[in-house]
Amino acid sequence: MIDLARDVVRQALAAGATDAECTISEGNEFSAQVRLGEVETLKEAGSRGAGLRILLGQHTGSSYTSDLTPEGISQMVAGAMQLAAVTTEDPFAGLADESEYGSIPGDLRLYNADVERLETGVKIEMAKRAENAALTFDPRITNSEGASFDSHLGRRVFANSRGFAGEYRSSHCSISAVPVAKQGEAMERDYWFHSARGFADLEKPEDVGRIAAERTLRRLGAVKVATQRVPVIFEPRTARSILSNIFDAVEGRSIYRQSSFLAGKLGEQVAAANVTIVDDGTIPGLFGTSPFDDEGIPTRRTTVIEKGLLRNYLLNIYSARKLGMKTTGNASRGITGNAGVGPGNFYLEAGSRSARELIQSVANGFYVTELIGSGVNIATGDYSQGAAGLWIENGELAFAVSEVTIASTLQQMLMGMEAASDLEFRGSTASPTVLIQEMTVGGR
Amino acid sequence: MAFSDSFFASKFGLRTKDLESYLSDALSQGGDYADIYFEYLATSMIAMDESIVKSATQGVSLGVGVRVISGERTGYAYSDDLSPEKIRKAAKVAACIAAGPAKVEKAPLSEGQKRNLYPVLTAPNETGFMERVDLVKRAEKAARDYDPRIFQVQSTYADSLRHVLVANSDGVLNYDRQPMARLSVSALARQNGGAPQHGHAGGGGRVELEFFLNEKTPEHFAREAARQAVVQLDAVEAPAGESVVVLGPGWPGVLLHEAVGHGLEADFNRKGTSAFTGRIGQQVASPLCTVIDDGTIASRRGSLNVDDEGNPTQRNVLIEKGILRGYLQDQLSSRITRATATGNGRRESYEHIPMPRMTNTFMLAGESDPEEIIRSVPKGLYCANFGGGQVDITSGNFVFSASESYLIENGKLTRPVRNATLIGNGPEAMKYVSMVGNDLKLDEGIGVCGKEGQSVPVGVGIPTVKIDRMTVGGTA
Repeated sequence: MIDLARDVVRQALAAGATDAECTISEGNEFSAQVRLGEVETLKEAGSRGAGLRILLGQHTGSSYTSDLTPEGISQMVAGAMQLAAVTTEDPFAGLADESEYGSIPGDLRLYNADVERLETGVKIEMAKRAENAALTFDPRITNSEGASFDSHLGRRVFANSRGFAGEYRSSHCSISAVPVAKQGEAMERDYWFHSARGFADLEKPEDVGRIAAERTLRRLGAVKVATQRVPVIFEPRTARSILSNIFDAVEGRSIYRQSSFLAGKLGEQVAAANVTIVDDGTIPGLFGTSPFDDEGIPTRRTTVIEKGLLRNYLLNIYSARKLGMKTTGNASRGITGNAGVGPGNFYLEAGSRSARELIQSVANGFYVTELIGSGVNIATGDYSQGAAGLWIENGELAFAVSEVTIASTLQQMLMGMEAASDLEFRGSTASPTVLIQEMTVGGR
Repeated sequence: MAFSDSFFASKFGLRTKDLESYLSDALSQGGDYADIYFEYLATSMIAMDESIVKSATQGVSLGVGVRVISGERTGYAYSDDLSPEKIRKAAKVAACIAAGPAKVEKAPLSEGQKRNLYPVLTAPNETGFMERVDLVKRAEKAARDYDPRIFQVQSTYADSLRHVLVANSDGVLNYDRQPMARLSVSALARQNGGAPQHGHAGGGGRVELEFFLNEKTPEHFAREAARQAVVQLDAVEAPAGESVVVLGPGWPGVLLHEAVGHGLEADFNRKGTSAFTGRIGQQVASPLCTVIDDGTIASRRGSLNVDDEGNPTQRNVLIEKGILRGYLQDQLSSRITRATATGNGRRESYEHIPMPRMTNTFMLAGESDPEEIIRSVPKGLYCANFGGGQVDITSGNFVFSASESYLIENGKLTRPVRNATLIGNGPEAMKYVSMVGNDLKLDEGIGVCGKEGQSVPVGVGIPTVKIDRMTVGGTA
């Protein structure tokens, strides 16, 4: 496939392009879903696609196809050329210097052959064991939305007209369970999952099922609390979503468009003095790791917030040029189009107190286990989300709460933030438990 | 149009006997039902940002998905290669779900009744690119011209033309040509170095390009986006806690989509995991509420001639005067529960298994004058525009974020308030609907609904509605 990508680039140059970039992606997916002990769905298939972005001087044009025959490829090349004629000249468009391209060396452990060798029966069994562990955990677990085992094998190829050509394979498998609990008329569901690059690294399905059941059970009997301002603790799963919001506020496009509350704040204190946030696309085996980004730039480690000070934005080639900076190797795209900016492994560094100690430090507050909605405004920093979780009374998790909102601004949340010690990478964005000094809980 | 003139027959030489043979392969290990879905999708997108047409993309994808159902089990496989060997391979992989002798009784394929809810002669992506580029340029200019405080504008035009063909072992054979176009504008306003405020508007549907020249122009969407951004410049903190909430007409119909729509999808109800499970015939909303899901409205974004399982879409009454009447069905759920198909089996693409999904979901108009509704509120919140929403169908809790709202004080709209999330519980919230306006409006054609990783275009609509109690997630 790497030869095909190089060939696409050659064809684009032959058609008159000044520069060209080609991405080819191939994936195979498998999914087994069981429900109440029976197989519900089996899905297995693969597909491929190619994308091309060309420059005609400072004009760009992009195209893609799922048809990798010579005819499909030549149509793709013609399509990109056609569109370069309708875009405007953009003084900031263009590829990077040749010296900037490359791959980081070494085995990044992105691909594990044990995922490919798994037999269907084994995968079904994993899902059944997870669901069974959830269903038998407690009599109040009365139903299930099922449990599943999913795996994915991928290959990504990138080549450009500045001499870069690279490829990497990746593997991924995961187990998840979604039990349903009932108490009186009220029903609750929750989920738990675990993902890994290799099958051998996957947590035991019994553990996934048990945690899913525990999480579901503790939501039963939830009440709505009175509206008040209190300290709020986000468990790692919900804290991760705050990290995603912060990522959106430091990625290059929102900075050069001045549509982020962190635009123009480099060097300033934007968070509490113990807050350090890092992006690192080089950590072997993690989900945000790759040898090069989606523009062929080697990935790296970038400190975004260091002890409360905003140090760096995360950039691709275009946003770096707009800001007069260097790319941080964070280009991200599907298979075509101008690249956007995406995270490597974007995480909040662990603090010194344990999650338990953070909870014990709160006399009256809210422990958030679920967030719902999209009420975060990156331009203003306004934060308003639906939430469910547990109320903290005198340092203990006391009772379940649901159908409430939590609100503040990301600015105030960052300034009042403390990280616990329990950092764990379960996805490309990661966070330990987080305490926010004060937020408004909206309820009765 | 005869089958031989249809897209897949004329372009790929597909014959009905090929389809029957693939379906036989799919049922070679037994099973109760099989279907095969061909999809060809051509898309284009043009985006203008910072007054530059910065990106333009076009492309095609093509594939086929084969499904076998055996009892409650589903096997699914797909291929992006339409060669007979690859399709047969997919059929055999999907067949693995069933174990037993081949199912031999299959109804012969016959074409369903034809209608055309979107008689688009020239699909937008069959027109010249310069005409489409002109739309984003006009939108950008109009947004900037609206007010000097507008400092960033992004306008995006996207279209697609999808050809689908579905055949199943019950003998259904249907094919459809599905055009779609959407123009959207987002604007940022700022005054005196303060925080930037965001406005967003857009729309379209299964229309010709002329729609954007004659009906909803780029200037219409651009001014609306700019207006919303400018309004927010003077916004005050939103209230926190329970409040009377009045929803404006149109896009706030997202409330119905989240509060009741998802909870009425038949898959959750068949499994007993929805807050609405077992409530057919019960009062789940105030008697003022009649909620419809209608996939047959001409040219609408959520409309389809046939759903992605080959069944014609229809108008389904979900809630009638507050009483729960029916669920939204797909093939699997309607087979298992022996319910009638409702034409709501949809999928994102050939790579995805169909699920029960909404089409265009709206509440019928009531009798109140919208002005009178606002006048009746001494203190509350008026929501004119929403961002997205989300629901936990099991507990029934749902949220939506109000992107343009105003305080109501002594029966009058006073100050605009900052973005806030509103939260409620599905089967409960609608019982607090105390007034319904006579001004039903459908949204302008911008909705995307996500479920289990699959996105499909949908529509929503609602008249002005007063809800006596909802929780508002502000800070004041």
